[in-house]
Amino acid sequence: MTGRFRNVTVPLIAMAVFLVLWEALVWANGWPNYKMASPSDLWPAYVRYWELFLLMGWQTLWRTVVGLLLAVIVGTAFGMIMGFSRTMRDALYPLLVGFNAIPKATVVPIVALMFVGAHDFNTVLIAFLISFFPIAVSVSIGLSTLEPEYRDILRSLGASQTTIFWKIALPKTLPEFFGALKVAVTLAFIGTNLMEIVSPHGRGLGALFDSGKTNSDYPLMFAVLIALALLGIVLYYIVVGLEKIFAGWAERAPA
Amino acid sequence: MTALIDIKGVRHAYATAAGPLPVLDGLEVSVEEGGFCAVVGPSGCGKSTLTRLVAGLMHPDEGEVWLHGERVRGPRSTVGMAFQNPVLLEWRSILKNVMLPLEIVPNGLKGNAAKERARHLLSLVGLEDFEDKRPSELSGGMRQRASLCRALVHQPEVLILDEPFGALDAFTREDLWQTMHNLKEKEPFTGVLITHDLREAIFLGDQVVVLSGRPARTQYVMNIARSVPADLEELYTAEAAERLNILRHQIEIAQGRAPQEAAQ
Repeated sequence: MTGRFRNVTVPLIAMAVFLVLWEALVWANGWPNYKMASPSDLWPAYVRYWELFLLMGWQTLWRTVVGLLLAVIVGTAFGMIMGFSRTMRDALYPLLVGFNAIPKATVVPIVALMFVGAHDFNTVLIAFLISFFPIAVSVSIGLSTLEPEYRDILRSLGASQTTIFWKIALPKTLPEFFGALKVAVTLAFIGTNLMEIVSPHGRGLGALFDSGKTNSDYPLMFAVLIALALLGIVLYYIVVGLEKIFAGWAERAPA
Repeated sequence: MTALIDIKGVRHAYATAAGPLPVLDGLEVSVEEGGFCAVVGPSGCGKSTLTRLVAGLMHPDEGEVWLHGERVRGPRSTVGMAFQNPVLLEWRSILKNVMLPLEIVPNGLKGNAAKERARHLLSLVGLEDFEDKRPSELSGGMRQRASLCRALVHQPEVLILDEPFGALDAFTREDLWQTMHNLKEKEPFTGVLITHDLREAIFLGDQVVVLSGRPARTQYVMNIARSVPADLEELYTAEAAERLNILRHQIEIAQGRAPQEAAQ
């Protein structure tokens, strides 16, 4: 099997098999589409609402990406602070863990009340809040577990802390960072959608899901879920691509 | 000739939860320019602390460390280091790893000159065909060779080796001893080698310093006249056996296993 076949065709076949099984399940049980829509019900929904899907999909996507970028910036900053200073690590870790333990669904109404009407802002905020934790933790662990010899090699030559960070600490942390980013991508989508579903007059795919619910348009609700899954897959593989470029060295050739 | 490395009356203690832990107490080491000093002693006696002092990575509580007539007050770019762990950077090719110090030291070679310098060193240790490889693609011995090249690329006055061959198998280790002699001939430097291997100490060093158990002081110094070129056969002569015997006895004293005798 050639590499390309393996990389593209195999996942596509798996998806087709999944769709066929789904269709068969619904058909075999004779479920009506308000119980469970089948893939063949989705197509009409996409055809009918394709403009809405494009518009709302775009809204969901950009807010997720902005929230994720914020999470990368703030998470990396927290990770650096905790990675370089033991005192800060001891001080911040319990706070961060506690904050992360709060279910974000409970934070959504609080944020929605706090910034009433600022829908874009609220959505980005929740996407950010839900996804920055794994990044902060992985960067701090990556930095704090740097073997002292790595530092000594450069320090003995008179290198500054900044040089040590750019030449050694940062690149050495990249594999952990990308591992966390893959988790954060999917989390950010959850955050965006929580806000879109909950907030009145919302935008994005979450709002489209909500309108499907109010109008008892069940195939539309399922269609939104699949659209979300697709967006998630696209963003995930963008991260994988970036990882190949910036941290491809960490991947050992298959034996 | 004045000493290039001069360690005078150094005392040092680490602060621990249980109070100060003295590691060095009256350390005297003096290495002439171009000399190679092997330091042996019981485990945990403060040998690695010694390397960090010479590299300027830490300051002694008491006493002085001098390099080339200047008191060591901080790290300096005229020092090269290699450890038991080769600590090569996995995201760089072997060539780029060797070039790393040139990116840090002031007035380091740049561009093609840097590449040529690194290639020259790699060819001295037999790694000329591996410059584009990643560290993980090399064997342990090859990685350590590359690490030696990196330690020497900026032409340091002092090369500090902290058990660089400790993790290698016996044959690879002997190979690298020869490599060290070749390097020393073509790239003059003054060396300090920390080791647990007495054969390594007498084969590479022209001076072997035995440290006492913790807190370490200089217990015994053996001077060895080096024949050039060095040959592993040297290790199988009566003279070498005699030297090993003396050193073994000194280590036993350092470990407290032999009754204290008048050293030297």
